[in-house]
Amino acid sequence: MAFLKIDNLRKSFGKVDVLKGIDLEIEEGGFLVLVGPSGCGKSTLLNTIAGLEAITSGEISINGKVVNDLHPSQRDIAMVFQSYALYPNMTVAENIGFGMEIRGIPKAERDAAIARVAETLQIGALLDRKPSQLSGGQRQRVAMGRALVRDPMVFLFDEPLSNLDAKLRVDMRTEIKRLHQRMGTTIVYVTHDQIEAMTLATKIAVLKDGVLQQFGTPAEIYNRPNNLFVADFMGSPSMNLIPAKVKADGSDVAIVMEREDGAPLTLPMAEANGALAGRDGKEVVFGIRPEALTDPDSADRNASRISELDCEIEVIEPAGSDTFAVTRLGGREIVARLRADAPISAGQTARLAFNLDKAVLFDPQTQERIG
Amino acid sequence: MNRNRLQEIIPRLVLSPSMALILIFVYAFILYTFYLSMTDSRMLPSYGFVGFENYAKLWDLRHWWRALTNLAIFGSLYIIICSVLGLFLAILLDQKIRGEGFLRPIYLYPMALSFIVTGTAWKWFLDPGIGLENTMHQWGWASFEFAWIKDRTLAIYTVVIAAVWQSSGFVMAMFLAGLRGVDSEIIKAAQMDGASNVTIYRRIIIPMMRPVFLSAFVVLAHLAIKSYDLVIALTGGGPGQATELPATFMYSYTFTRNQMGIGASSAIIMLVMIFSIIIPYLYSELKPGRQR
Amino acid sequence: MSAEKTAGVSGNKLARAAIYSVLIVFAVYYLLPLYVMLVNSVKPLEEIRQGNMLALPDVFTFEPWTKAWSSAQVGVQPTGLKPYFFNSILMVVPAVAISTILGALNGYVLTKWRFRGDDIVFGLILLSCFIPFQIALIPAARILGMLGIAGTTQGLVLIHVVYGLGFTTLFFRNYYAAFPTELIRAAQIDGAGFFQIFRRILLPSSAPIIVVTVIWQFTNIWNDFLFGVSFGDFDSQPMTVALNNLVSSSGGVKEYNVHFAGAILAALPTLIVYIVSGRYFVRGLMAGAVKG
Repeated sequence: MAFLKIDNLRKSFGKVDVLKGIDLEIEEGGFLVLVGPSGCGKSTLLNTIAGLEAITSGEISINGKVVNDLHPSQRDIAMVFQSYALYPNMTVAENIGFGMEIRGIPKAERDAAIARVAETLQIGALLDRKPSQLSGGQRQRVAMGRALVRDPMVFLFDEPLSNLDAKLRVDMRTEIKRLHQRMGTTIVYVTHDQIEAMTLATKIAVLKDGVLQQFGTPAEIYNRPNNLFVADFMGSPSMNLIPAKVKADGSDVAIVMEREDGAPLTLPMAEANGALAGRDGKEVVFGIRPEALTDPDSADRNASRISELDCEIEVIEPAGSDTFAVTRLGGREIVARLRADAPISAGQTARLAFNLDKAVLFDPQTQERIG
Repeated sequence: MNRNRLQEIIPRLVLSPSMALILIFVYAFILYTFYLSMTDSRMLPSYGFVGFENYAKLWDLRHWWRALTNLAIFGSLYIIICSVLGLFLAILLDQKIRGEGFLRPIYLYPMALSFIVTGTAWKWFLDPGIGLENTMHQWGWASFEFAWIKDRTLAIYTVVIAAVWQSSGFVMAMFLAGLRGVDSEIIKAAQMDGASNVTIYRRIIIPMMRPVFLSAFVVLAHLAIKSYDLVIALTGGGPGQATELPATFMYSYTFTRNQMGIGASSAIIMLVMIFSIIIPYLYSELKPGRQR
Repeated sequence: MSAEKTAGVSGNKLARAAIYSVLIVFAVYYLLPLYVMLVNSVKPLEEIRQGNMLALPDVFTFEPWTKAWSSAQVGVQPTGLKPYFFNSILMVVPAVAISTILGALNGYVLTKWRFRGDDIVFGLILLSCFIPFQIALIPAARILGMLGIAGTTQGLVLIHVVYGLGFTTLFFRNYYAAFPTELIRAAQIDGAGFFQIFRRILLPSSAPIIVVTVIWQFTNIWNDFLFGVSFGDFDSQPMTVALNNLVSSSGGVKEYNVHFAGAILAALPTLIVYIVSGRYFVRGLMAGAVKG
């Protein structure tokens, strides 16, 4: 049964619709990541779950109880903010204990809870400091401590790592994941960083312009994006999206793309539930992730269909662990991901393996995935 | 549930006393004064409606024209001199001056004084009998003459002198803050382009001070229209009516000459003058910040 | 002026000498009236009449000061300025306190508890900063009469609170607008209510703006003349009105030295505030000038 359920949620500011009918649910102990470009409504969605912003219509329930009209402090949630929102005039201990103080919990009990959380997050030495005396990572821990101490039913995180430098961000990401595994509390987490979304989530919701684009497990989102937006947004480097044409001849279906010199490049496609048969001569967008387009030696041995083709390599970008090669197909720059020591060089032709198991097709008109 | 409702109402409850006071003491008062300006009120408010008769009378009064002319002279000189002097002093102070921390407060302290004190000080300083003229005579410059304050055509300029003395330091501080806010990389880029310091000020920095000029204009213009205390303390409106301003005119017509209707209509005219400057300014200033 | 500005921005020694001399000349200009008041307030009257206004005293006397304070003729009574000084104190302290508290609450509501139409509410409050007070004189006199506080200190306190609200609200609104809203949200999740958030989260961080507001209100209310002269009587008239009466009471000999001493007495509280906390004073002026 869904632990947190969002049903046809709408939110508008005046005439502007910020959320246009969102349906989401997450099971107890799940880790739901809301991801999307800035302005997509993900933070507003989180704020409505928290009760910090009123909703226009729809329903939010936590553990079977509708919380639409409850004050944030009565929803049994805790929130970690992007700026950490530590009270500047209070010490770390006072920050963590403020909520309990407001609820009139005796001092001894408060101190015990603070000490317990400080132990978990290893911030015991910082308890008497003011937020201004802490580093970014320490503030982040204190902000999490303030949320942890409430032992809520749902944790809400609003881009908690975006103010940290790159290295610390990776460390804290791991820490949040470890914390989630140990405590098993339900988490809703907002980010614009799709890597954070992939690494942390049990379920991802991709939003754009207040509309839910896709809701699914990280693997579903990554491998079978619903539409061109999700395909392009998730993954780094992003998915190659190549204009192509369908060539259907009875049961043989192929995709034809145009090389730089005008010659056609033809890839045979397995007919996925007959969706392509009626599209002979129609335009489609052929999507393939850089790691499914590689040197023949690195190609996935378990893949059922691999096509090897010669491509003109324009630029080589060695990235240490891999080498990215840029070629051109259908008038687009195409990125292939090769093993680090693949013997290729810029300006020459190299043989590339297309793993067609991983390829997806989109309808350029509707932007939706075909099949 | 209840708690949510209460939390929604409390903010408005907190705001309401202030809002009520402002609505009564500002907006209802404006309406009331406007109404009075259409009545035959003399010493006390009376409610015989006379339409725009008071306004017609007002515009026929030489005394009122005198006040308006004086306001035009005083206001324009006050604004121009304060702005020019303020910018000039700010630019000089911006040249990495040693002792800036000592000089700046000296330029600014007059702003802390009341116009009554300023008026008292300048009244005697400009008085030919004991002030500057007398001092020059004592120093042996027997032909020195400076009796503007006693002169019907020149007295208004003494009001300008005293008002500039009081406010120019403030304008200087505004410009100094503006100059300090100029991105130093822009100046470095201009220096790379080979611009001289004069050119940098003339072509780049001073044009960037536009918002400060605008703020200074608005502040000074509304101070000028409201000017009352300074004239009272410096010249009392005299000699004769030589330094009457709309504010002193309104006061004397309402409270000493028992022409409340005319006094009220002059107050309405002052309000219109100020609002025609302030409202467009506030509108343009607040508009970009309207997003929630 | 352009010649000096040219000099002002080039780097050579001569130019810098020119800049410094111009700056010093202006420092003298700003200081001169204060100097004149000071030296002449400790001279016997005879010496002022015969001597040079700029000269240091030959005979040093404190008598003008004691006279201005406790025995000079103010209006019709020989009380000195002393009772009026206390009138001013009794008026300023509550007026500053109340208007500052209300301004803080208004600013809090207008930035952190926004509601539909709050822009309009703020616009109406802000506009009240600029109205010419002449517009309010007639109706305010009637309202104070109806409330039975005409001519009292309470009446003046009410008037100063109302007409100070615009500025205090503006100051706090601008300050709290920059205060992170996430802190308010965090406190809401922690269960804190409207007043708890204000008292525990915002107020502890508001010291700078409280200082700015208090100084601004103190200076403005202390220096007010128009309301004092319109709505005050002997038991409530503030220092500025008394000073004006002292200076312009025409009977007998003009005691310049007493006038100067009185002027300095009237200016002293705001001057002290300025000297002690000039930084905040300037900040208040700026905040008042640069809206939005």
